[in-house]
Amino acid sequence: MRRAAKILTWVALSAFTVAFVYPFIWLLSASFKPRGEVFDNRIIPETFTLENYIRVWHEAPLGLWMANTLLVTVLAAVAVTITSAMVAWGFAYFRFPGRNALFGVVLATMMLPGAVTMIPVFLIWNSLGMVGTLTPLWAQNLFGSAFYIFLLRQFFMGLPREPFEAAKIDGANNWKIFLRIALPLCKPAVVVTLLFEFQAAWTDLMRPLIYLRDSSTFTVPRGLKALLDQFGFGGEWHWEIVMTASVITTIPMIILFFLGQKHFVRGIATTGSKG
Amino acid sequence: MSPSRTRAPRRRTTRFIETRAALLFISPWIIGFLVFTAWPVINSAYLSLTDYDVINDPSYVGFDNYVQLFEDPKVGLALWNTFVFAVLSVPAHLVVALGLALLLNGASKATGFFRTAFFLPKMTPPVAIGILLLLLFNGQDGLINAFLGVFGIDGPAWTTDPNWVKPALVLMNLWTVGSSVVIILAALRGVPQELYDSALVDGAGWWKRTLRITVPMISPTLFFLFIVDSINALQSFTEAYTAFFGAGNTTYSNDAALFYAIYLFQQAFEFLHMGYASALAWLLFIVIMAITGVQFVVTRRFVHYEGGNP
Repeated sequence: MRRAAKILTWVALSAFTVAFVYPFIWLLSASFKPRGEVFDNRIIPETFTLENYIRVWHEAPLGLWMANTLLVTVLAAVAVTITSAMVAWGFAYFRFPGRNALFGVVLATMMLPGAVTMIPVFLIWNSLGMVGTLTPLWAQNLFGSAFYIFLLRQFFMGLPREPFEAAKIDGANNWKIFLRIALPLCKPAVVVTLLFEFQAAWTDLMRPLIYLRDSSTFTVPRGLKALLDQFGFGGEWHWEIVMTASVITTIPMIILFFLGQKHFVRGIATTGSKG
Repeated sequence: MSPSRTRAPRRRTTRFIETRAALLFISPWIIGFLVFTAWPVINSAYLSLTDYDVINDPSYVGFDNYVQLFEDPKVGLALWNTFVFAVLSVPAHLVVALGLALLLNGASKATGFFRTAFFLPKMTPPVAIGILLLLLFNGQDGLINAFLGVFGIDGPAWTTDPNWVKPALVLMNLWTVGSSVVIILAALRGVPQELYDSALVDGAGWWKRTLRITVPMISPTLFFLFIVDSINALQSFTEAYTAFFGAGNTTYSNDAALFYAIYLFQQAFEFLHMGYASALAWLLFIVIMAITGVQFVVTRRFVHYEGGNP
């Protein structure tokens, strides 16, 4: 009986694994097929070709889009990690009047739908003449982000106080205590923040849709949407181009996941338990 | 000078120094909050009472935009689409995530491998998911209908038949259930084994143990996912926008996929109706608050907290 249950569990898990992974394989395989065969649903292409990759490279400034995305993503992730850690440390370590009320405001901002601030924030960047540039895609991260502040503060609160008090007696200033002791101790949470924001910035479509006008400034997801509009149903029906570009957009995220898998999984698990 | 006189000011100074240091560390958030949250909220409330196209100055129109919300058939349609999607998608998401987490928890070996496989789709950029939806659910050549064909089922035209667009979006959304699986799995690992041991002694079967022990013990996590998933579903944008709408397309490509966030985006950034879009945003805010509030009141009773309800 228990053996049967075990086998059933395995069969079910394997079936779901196929369901979750198959679309990737299907897409990857289609990107190596000539136009006429992309919908034949074969796993191994009948005719193997690299033509699609070469054409995508010629049809779209993919290299430029990649460079734009990488710039935005790195700046967004690094900025939000540094400032969120600073703010989180401010809330976790120091005692000051109004601390809990202020932290309540941090939490409350997470409840506010992005739609409410979306338009006025656009108007701010517009009045600064920055619409059409990459700046609005990352610069807001210089001021921290409520979710990461919350996550990092939880982590800081779990640290013992003694090393900090000891360092203080040894004459270390607040900045030194934060940079030399608190941040290194908090490395797992810092890595999680970097990875989460890297993914969020890499995959975002809405902000590039709002802020980017010229193809030369596009990020990869924005460019992929443009390619879909040009080559998809509304356009020339060159699905092999769209598929290949989708593969190229997705692969960096898969690599990121395998590089930081442990951190991703642990980070997501803690997010849930803090609810 | 007596010691009592010197000590009082000194304590105040330490406190002052600590407060100053704290504010220094928190200052990025305070500035960001004032510039990118507080001011936009005030400005958005003001803009919602105006007509504003970015080029000309806003002109005050009172509550006209809010009156228009009720007269605009697209608002009702968008609310309905979003609501149907959320009602189908959120429970499906939770049930599938719970089922997969229970399966994974029951497997003794290779859980890491399966967890990775389940999580991978979550890494896919939403724009690529929107494209995958068009491809996989394509009525003629799509993989889904080819699969259904194996069982002799003639699959619908998912991406063009208005009745099947939302189910397609719901099913596609299930593909990214992996992060919820990871969260539930972590909660499952935290359920004390003694509870199961004593239930086994009492002769409780798998179903009974799951319903009477597992689900109540992880109910705070399920509640958290329920709330977060609902808020996200009510704001879903990218997948449906990618698949069914385009910047150059000012006629509505597919009314069945017109989610509220998409309509808001179109009003704001395609038609430049910034005032009206601001009113739309406030309506969304009220709807989300109301739904979340109802969920809290209704669902809370079923949530079990260790050490009593807070």
